[in-house]
Amino acid sequence: MSLRDRIPAALGAETLPLLGFLGVVFLAFSLATPLFLTGANLRSMAFQMPVLGLLTLAMLVPILSGGLNLAIIYQANISGLALAWVLIQFGGPDASIGAFVLGTALAVLAGAASGAAMGAVVAYVGAHPILVSLAMMIFLRGLGEFLTRGGDISGFPEFMNVLGHGSLIGVPVPMVVFILAAILWHIMLKRSRHGFSVYMVGSNIQASEYSGIPTRRTLVLIYAISGVICAVAGLVMAARFNSVRVGHGEALLLVTVLACFLGGIDPFGGFGRVLPVAIALMILQALSSGLNLIGANQHLSTAVWGLFLIAVMALRWVGMRWRDRQRKGT
Amino acid sequence: MTTDPDTAPALRLRNVSKTFGGVKALQSVDFEVHAGEVHCLAGENGCGKSTLIKIVTGVYTPDPGGTIELFGERIASISPTKARALGIAVIWQDLALFPHMTVAENIAFDEMVGVLPRLSFGSRYKGRVRAVLDRLNVPLNLDTRLGDLPIAQRQIVAIARALLGEARLVFMDEPTASLTQSETNALLDVVRTLSAQGIAVVFVSHRLAEVIDISERVTVLRDGELVGVYPTEGMTQFRLGELMTGAQLENVVRAQDRSGARPVLEVEGLTRHDEFDNVSLTVRQGEVLGLTGLIGAGRSELAHALIGMRAPDAGEIRLEGAPVRFSSIRDAIARGVAYVSEDRLSLGLIQPQSIADNTAISVLDRILGGLGMISPSRQSELVRHWIGELAVKIGKPEDAVSTLSGGNQQRVVLAKWLATEPRLLILDSPTVGVDVGARAGIFRIVRKLADEGLAILLISDEVTEVLFNADRVLHMADGKIVGEYDPHSTGVPELEARIYA
Repeated sequence: MSLRDRIPAALGAETLPLLGFLGVVFLAFSLATPLFLTGANLRSMAFQMPVLGLLTLAMLVPILSGGLNLAIIYQANISGLALAWVLIQFGGPDASIGAFVLGTALAVLAGAASGAAMGAVVAYVGAHPILVSLAMMIFLRGLGEFLTRGGDISGFPEFMNVLGHGSLIGVPVPMVVFILAAILWHIMLKRSRHGFSVYMVGSNIQASEYSGIPTRRTLVLIYAISGVICAVAGLVMAARFNSVRVGHGEALLLVTVLACFLGGIDPFGGFGRVLPVAIALMILQALSSGLNLIGANQHLSTAVWGLFLIAVMALRWVGMRWRDRQRKGT
Repeated sequence: MTTDPDTAPALRLRNVSKTFGGVKALQSVDFEVHAGEVHCLAGENGCGKSTLIKIVTGVYTPDPGGTIELFGERIASISPTKARALGIAVIWQDLALFPHMTVAENIAFDEMVGVLPRLSFGSRYKGRVRAVLDRLNVPLNLDTRLGDLPIAQRQIVAIARALLGEARLVFMDEPTASLTQSETNALLDVVRTLSAQGIAVVFVSHRLAEVIDISERVTVLRDGELVGVYPTEGMTQFRLGELMTGAQLENVVRAQDRSGARPVLEVEGLTRHDEFDNVSLTVRQGEVLGLTGLIGAGRSELAHALIGMRAPDAGEIRLEGAPVRFSSIRDAIARGVAYVSEDRLSLGLIQPQSIADNTAISVLDRILGGLGMISPSRQSELVRHWIGELAVKIGKPEDAVSTLSGGNQQRVVLAKWLATEPRLLILDSPTVGVDVGARAGIFRIVRKLADEGLAILLISDEVTEVLFNADRVLHMADGKIVGEYDPHSTGVPELEARIYA
């Protein structure tokens, strides 16, 4: 294998074109405004992206398995509520680190339990993940609205600021959390037995069962882990906004799906990698921050995201035709 | 019926060939069928039968050089639409019907589609649908949902749909494969009705008794080449089988007496309601036990019970003397049972995924490195070993398994299961969709494995396959074992006669 083959093989076919896209976007905005390529802007981008990033990781594995998790936003916020509830019980702003640890544990448990419940219904009842997660989404939203009466819960201890606004050797803490999670996701998918099973189940669940893959356990685990990363996103959101509210981040739900498809995840399951999705997230963030800086309307940036997805799909189609023609030529 | 030699045949192919990549699927084949004739197209899987049908129906374009004449007219090129307009209909095995729609809607389906939207009323077509069903002499309720009908009656619906489209030449691809004997008889009556009405029928079937019964002439293909056209009068199933398999028919009985060897699998009185009844059998170390019978006899259901995919109602399974009750296929794998499914496309392999992952899928716990993670180097070592051991012809291990030929895919399936180091290997119709040349290769592997001490249960509905590759043969019918045969003292015609009786 020559070096020219090896680099794309290691990165995946999707990565290089996406990196090219990212470069073009950076270049265009740098030329358009001097404010873009500044430390302040890059830092602000690095603070904004992780919540979307963590939620996208929660969406990614269910899609790889041929499903979808529509409940991620409310799983994140219910987990945030669990943390908030514990903190308030222990004195709100005066709550100790111990209370925070307990609250975090409860948040993760809430995320994992709601996820595992969905996974169990998908695996054992055989209901479609879209229906199951839609039901969970509506249930959690209703439950959350009921518990909070539709309002905000705030008044968290000082130290939670570190999670939302702090930096670690210059890197925003939320970004550190996302990078660690992304690395963990990459290893899980590429090297663990569970990850192997996710891809196989995503391509053909029946053949996987006949091959000895524990398909039901795999499905339960997929949604439970999705719930855990939702809880992490919920914690980061609580810290960033300094409050918990059931509706936080509602607009992000379909953006996570968009990021997965931009990153080359097969909408029918079975194929896809973490790295291209991470780059796709950076592109989305750069587009949105850049448009904001040149004074464009916020809604315009949503429109540009949509156009961008269409452009990427078209280019992928062209690329596939080109590869086919090359193959036929040889 | 009488065939007037002066009238042009409904279909005449001359010198038709089709090449896929470098593979010659069809080589200068001639074929002819007359109006009102039932003509059988016989040959083993992969002999070119379906390629031929797809050329006539315009799915494939033949290689230049051949000619196609339909109803006396030379046809330069056919598209599926044109084929339909010319009165050619195919009833595929999977029927291509709509289970959620009613019988009438299915039959009149072509009426309801078109470029422009328009209203469609039952009253407009129901009369004609009724007339077609009367012509076939089958009473069916027009408003029944198709999905509620048994498969045999869905066949009738598919035929009726073809007739409503004024078909003059009907291809039937293994129409009886999933029917019971009485359903088959009913369908054969319908075919006779069609023929009496002057429709040319090309009938494809694996069941040789049926072929001889229903048709006047049979065209035999082998490896994409024409073997010949024979009248069925005076033809025997055995002779037809020989023509289909040809010289490569390694009809050497290799059965050995393994009755002294240690039993690996013992099944006693195994019963599952409506599927199999009081089945007892023993497979010994190094023995290949053949299990044959018609489709629907309960063979695959029995295999599923042996691997824990369905629970038997009664009876006992013993593995090397110890009673076992598997609750999932994982239990079975852990105890050394491997199952090669009859359905390689949707159950045997995960077609879009790589050869490497398909090979390693059942032995993930054997390729772990540090921290319980999959070790890529161990995986590629495992894959290299088994690809080499079974001489699988592949490009790269990362290629999708779907890029391989049927024979090579089946070798990957064997590799995947042999990697689990089984004691008992259950092969369920292992040569379905594997071409003739590659079959011998598969069975050489099977023989070698048995000689190395593996116990093998070989399930197949091809009598020759079990007689020439098994040490003993059991015959299963209606869920029961009804006979045991020694390949040395049983001929193919004898066993066929028993099975198709």
